This record gives sequence, structure tokens and C-alpha cells, in this order.
Amino acid sequence: MIKGGYVGKILRVNLTDGSVNIEDTREDWAEKYVGGRGYGTRIMMEEVDPKVDPLSEDNKVIIATGPLSSTYAPSSGRVMVITKGALNGAIACSNSGGHFGAELKRAGFDFIIIEGKAEKPVYLWINKGSVEIRDASDMWGKNVKEADNIMKEFTHPEAGTLEIGPAAEKLSLISNVTFDGHRAAGRTGVGAVLASKNLKGMSARGNLGIKVADNEAFAKAVYNARDILSKDAFSGKGGAALGTPLLVNVINSVGGLPANNAHDAYFENANNISGEELAANNLVRNEGCDSCPIACGRVTEIRKGKYKGNHGVGPEYEPIWALGSMCGVDDLDAVVMASYLCDDYGIDSISAGSTVACAMDLYEFGYIPKEDVPFELRFGSSDALIESIRLMGEQSNEFGKLLAQGSYRLAEHYGHPEFSMSVKKQEFPAYDPRAIKGIGLEYATSNRGACHVRGYTIAAEVLGGVDRLTYDGKAGLTKIFQDLTAALDSTGICLFTTFGLQGKEIADMFASATGFECDVDEFLKKGERIWNMERLFNIKAGFTKDDDMLPERLSNEPVKTGPSKGETADLNKMLPEYYSLRGWDDNGIPTMDKIKELSIEDLT
Amino acid sequence: MKLLTINIDKCTGCRACEYACSFVHTSEFNPLDSRIHVSEFLDDFVFIPSVCTQCEDAYCVSVCPTHALSKNTATGIVEFDKDKCIGCKQCVMACPWGSIKLNHAGKEIIKCDMCGGDPECVKVCHAKALEYSEVEDMVMDKKHRNAIQYKELITQQEGV
Repeated sequence: MIKGGYVGKILRVNLTDGSVNIEDTREDWAEKYVGGRGYGTRIMMEEVDPKVDPLSEDNKVIIATGPLSSTYAPSSGRVMVITKGALNGAIACSNSGGHFGAELKRAGFDFIIIEGKAEKPVYLWINKGSVEIRDASDMWGKNVKEADNIMKEFTHPEAGTLEIGPAAEKLSLISNVTFDGHRAAGRTGVGAVLASKNLKGMSARGNLGIKVADNEAFAKAVYNARDILSKDAFSGKGGAALGTPLLVNVINSVGGLPANNAHDAYFENANNISGEELAANNLVRNEGCDSCPIACGRVTEIRKGKYKGNHGVGPEYEPIWALGSMCGVDDLDAVVMASYLCDDYGIDSISAGSTVACAMDLYEFGYIPKEDVPFELRFGSSDALIESIRLMGEQSNEFGKLLAQGSYRLAEHYGHPEFSMSVKKQEFPAYDPRAIKGIGLEYATSNRGACHVRGYTIAAEVLGGVDRLTYDGKAGLTKIFQDLTAALDSTGICLFTTFGLQGKEIADMFASATGFECDVDEFLKKGERIWNMERLFNIKAGFTKDDDMLPERLSNEPVKTGPSKGETADLNKMLPEYYSLRGWDDNGIPTMDKIKELSIEDLT
Repeated sequence: MKLLTINIDKCTGCRACEYACSFVHTSEFNPLDSRIHVSEFLDDFVFIPSVCTQCEDAYCVSVCPTHALSKNTATGIVEFDKDKCIGCKQCVMACPWGSIKLNHAGKEIIKCDMCGGDPECVKVCHAKALEYSEVEDMVMDKKHRNAIQYKELITQQEGV
């Protein structure tokens, strides 16, 4: 009997035959894999052949909450989408904030398992423990805000919603899943997987209360965590004042902001697109996800120029980089507009920006024939940026269709895959591995392709006291960040809490909520177990050590200007040590000893 | 007299107040059992918290046939005595703000009791949209903020 944290039920919906089953959340899996990302991946391991085509009926999608969702644990509004990702076929867990996860849990479910494919577009209305599969033909083609409004109108005005946009409907491999019309599980192309099932959205509303195992201990752990966060420099101050865009100037000041498709790692005009400029020119107010004291969300508007009058949410730091410095664009209003467009279409703005940058690069080198692109596609052109995002979202011509498949397919199509700044076909985010060595190892080994939020070594290498330019110790640093993040993601709280919280504070909340005995070492062990499980999925899917790589540009082309001038990235100085610390063999495969230590023999 | 004051400009819509309120009153996290509620307007991203204002001459008190609701003149709180309540819901209909309501099961009247003078919702509001303050202090604060605007106007004109 689960004591608290979970509501104890799983909703299984088969879209092919319309059948619905309600199953119990397994206590043994909850203790072993925490919830969210961990438990969801465990379901995938059980039920989905890692070799399936991600866009086929055989793939499944798990929508997952964690044991801290729908409580006042700080920043506990994360909801996870776990599937075999459309972008690269690796295990995908893409997560988002908002209120949907909390609503889903109060509607009676820890997880939803989506199977099969509906004959025509549908959405799910999940209400107080039951589900209705409803026709969504009229919603097909609507952008994410419109879909959110429609579902709220036809279900409940205070329901939580999940939806895909027009980009996903056209099976863009970089399409996302949006929540409440404005928060996104951005990466790995999870939107296309839902679209392949003809599932346009979900609306959830419930009236269940969430219990925890030990009320007094939980309240103490939560208030302790909230107190720490309120005093932390990012989560208590900078995060509220500037949001994540505060990083633009911080990262550029160490020469770690990739520019012009990573031909450089320093952007001279970074201040024009900084968090400070966004706050001064565009910020309306802050928005917080469920139960979040940080409220990093930026509600913004465009007050001047040709995009005047548009309003929306964001951009965060990553889209500012991707659509800004990566494309050489220093016009903040254009970057904000490009970000709004990505959001409306339902496209991952990191991959979108990096793909446009890749296209600009190929174009300038003459590898994209001029007749393929109806405009001048040059670095620094904000018009080219906006036009490219529109083409990507609408796929209105052949070039738009290519853009919608991400930078790797685009660059491969034009014969130069090395122009794609990606690992495992997923574009890397806004930190340059030449300037910040550990993050390169994280990009190379992240189980879903290049990513900063599987192991945010930046917290130590830039914001903490660790030397960003040394390779020493980065294998261990990366491993511990990855393990901690895997466990904390699975609880349902946000990675940003780790600016202030250590593993102990998170383990305390998890243990008091669920009643499972769990100190910090055990918590990290759970994270390590989840990490290895994901790795096993990828190995079965066909990934090898050759996929643990970095784009050759990062080792061949030294940083040209700024504080990291002359630096390159050498993965070989970290990867063997990382495999060894992980208990993996020289081919990056978990050894039997490690498998036994983690008690996951059943997964091999 | 102290009052729960709301500054809607500062609300981020995180709804931690709803969780804190329901947990301290019912030991469960359920916004439907929260005495405070945040309305969301996602088109403009405006969030409006609302909670009982503890009226001096409260409609809910006036219509209550069993005196389950009464104004405590010492604390200023409109108090609710569950034992006297017959569940007629006249108070729910009388309150113009929707600040007195039924719990999630639809059986029990619930309203803000200011947690006996230490409101839980305020403790989790990091944005400081909710504060528990003396009415006089709140008024002074508003006067001062208005005065600053006038002051700026005057100094601007003098600058010209």
C-alpha cells in the first residue's frame, strides 16, 4: 500500500480500438524508479520494443506526474512526456511546467499510457477518474493557444490542457507538446509522436486531494526547501528579476555563448538580446508554474517596430540564444517574435533556432542553392530568421519541409551533416563545450541527444567554483549531475530548484511524501538506476559508443574571439573516465556488476 | 486590525497559496478545499487571487439562520462554527465575492479563518502578492506609492 505522494492509478487508453483500462500504480516500481521520468521509462522498457519506428502505432506515449506533483513542494509543476523520440529514436523524456500535471493527478491518475492510433483526430477529456475520447476534427490545424481555449471551453474553464500545434500535425521532427497553451515539453520531437496517433490534446480536471505519508515531516521539508530557495541568488532574486535570460550576459562574459552556428563562442552584441534588455523593453510580469516560488516565466509584449502589438510568453534563455546569437541576430524584438511563432506552431525553439543557423551557414558557404530559398538567408538577418521560422512551421514549400526535420536532416540533405550542431541528431543548447568543458561530456552522453538539462554542469562550471576550462574531474561532475537530475525529474519538481537545493533537501521531501525510506545516497542511486535504464533502452534501439560524440567543429575550429579564444573541445579527455566511473565497459555498455548493483537484471 | 491583503500585480499564478490553505485545513492538497482561489486569465496572463475580506457587516452573517457565522469584533474575523451549521447554503448565495463555499465533496461549508492569525497562504507566497498586515500600514503604503507618482510628475515639470 502506497502511503502518500501517488494517487495510485494509471490510465491506459488504446486509440486504435477506443478501449480504456485503469490499472494500479505499482508500489515496487514507485520505490525503485520514483515516478515521472523513471517510472515512465520503466513502462516503456516493459511494453515497447526499442527498435520500433517512433511514428508507428507500436510506439507508446507515457504522460507522467511525480510523487511531489500537486503539493506545495517548491516548483512541483513538472509533467513529463516519455516515449521513443521522433527526432532520433532514443528514449525521450521531455518535460514541461504548468498546471496540467497537478490537474491530471487530482483527476485520479499518476500516469497515462497512450497506445495505438485513432482513425481521426481526437482529444481526451479526463474528468474525475474517467475518460472520454472526443472528436477533434475541428481542432486539427489550430495553433496551441486556440486548441487550449477550445478544450477549456468544451470541458472546464479551469481544466489543465495538453495540446500539439500545426508543426506536430505535419510531423515535424522538432515539434513539441504544449501545456495550457504556453508551456512546452520542447525537445526530442514528442509532438510528432502524439500527432502520429491522431491525438490533438487532452484536458484534465479533478477533485481528489493528494495525501502525503507524514504531514509534519513533509511540511518541515517543504518549508526548509522554500526558505533556502528564497535566499538563493538565482531562485530568490535573479530568477524573479530577469528569469533565465539573465544568463545571456553571464555566459557570454565567459566566452561560452555559441554564435553564428558555433563558428564562435562569443557574441559581441549579446547585451542587445540580454535578460536586462528583455526586462526593460518587453517584460510585462512574471509567471510561475504550479507551486513555484521562482516564477521564471516571462510574460512579454513587443512595444515597437514591425512586430509591435504581439504578446506572449518568453523567450527563455535558450530560445534567445538559438534564435539570437546562434543566428547572429541581435534584434531582440525579432528574437521575441520568432520565439512567439515557435510557440504558436508548437516547435522546439532550441532546435528551431539552431536549424535556421545551420541553414544560414550552409547558405553562406554556397551549399544551399539560391533557388531553394526565396530570400537572402544570411547570419544576422532578422527577416530571414522570421521567414525561416514561418516556413518551418507551415512547411509551405520544400525548403520549409526540410527545416521542419531539424538541422541534421537539413545538413545531410545538402551533403554536409557536419554543419549540424547536434548530438544524436538533436541540436545542442546554449553553452559552448569549447569554453565549458564538462557540458560537452553531458551533451555527448545525454540519453535523449544533446541537452543541458540532463546534467546541468553549468551550475558548477560557471555559476559555481569549478574551473570551466579543465577536463579534470568533469567525468565525476557530469555523472553526479545526471544521476541527481534523473531522480529529481522523476519526483515532479523542477531542475531550477537545484540552484539552491542539494540532494538531501529533495530526498527529504520525497521520503516524507511517499513514506519510502530514502536518504541522499539512496536518492542518487535511484537516479543512477534510471540513467542506466535509459542507456539500456538506447543500446537496444541500436545506439553505440560512436553516438557519444560532439560535432567535429567543436574540436576542429577553435573559438575565434572573446574570453575563450583559442579553446577547443576534446571529448576523449573525459569519455573513457566517464565510462569507467559509470561502471560501463569500453563500449559504453553497463557491466553485469553495475546491473546487479542497481538491481535491474530484469531489464537486460 | 490585521487583514489578508492582495496585490494582484505581484501574483505569478503559482497557486501555492491554494495548496498551503487546503493542507493546513484538511491535511490534503486540494485546491477545491482551499479558502483562497486564484483566477487565471491566460490570454493576458493576469492572475487574480480572491479570499474572504471579513466584512464588517457581512451578508453571510446576516442570512445565517443558526448563527453559525458571527463577526468576532476583537479579531475582525467572520468566524464559522461547524457544529451550528445546518448546511442551508444561504451564506454561499449571499456572499457577493464567492468567498464562502462548499468543500470538494459538496457537503461542508468552508471559509477563510485567517488560520487564527498566522495565515498559511502568506508563508508560501514568495512573490509577496499576499501579505498579512495592519490595515493602517496597507493604507499608508498605498498613499506613499501614489505620492511618489505625484512627486515624480512635479520634479519632471521642474526639470523642464
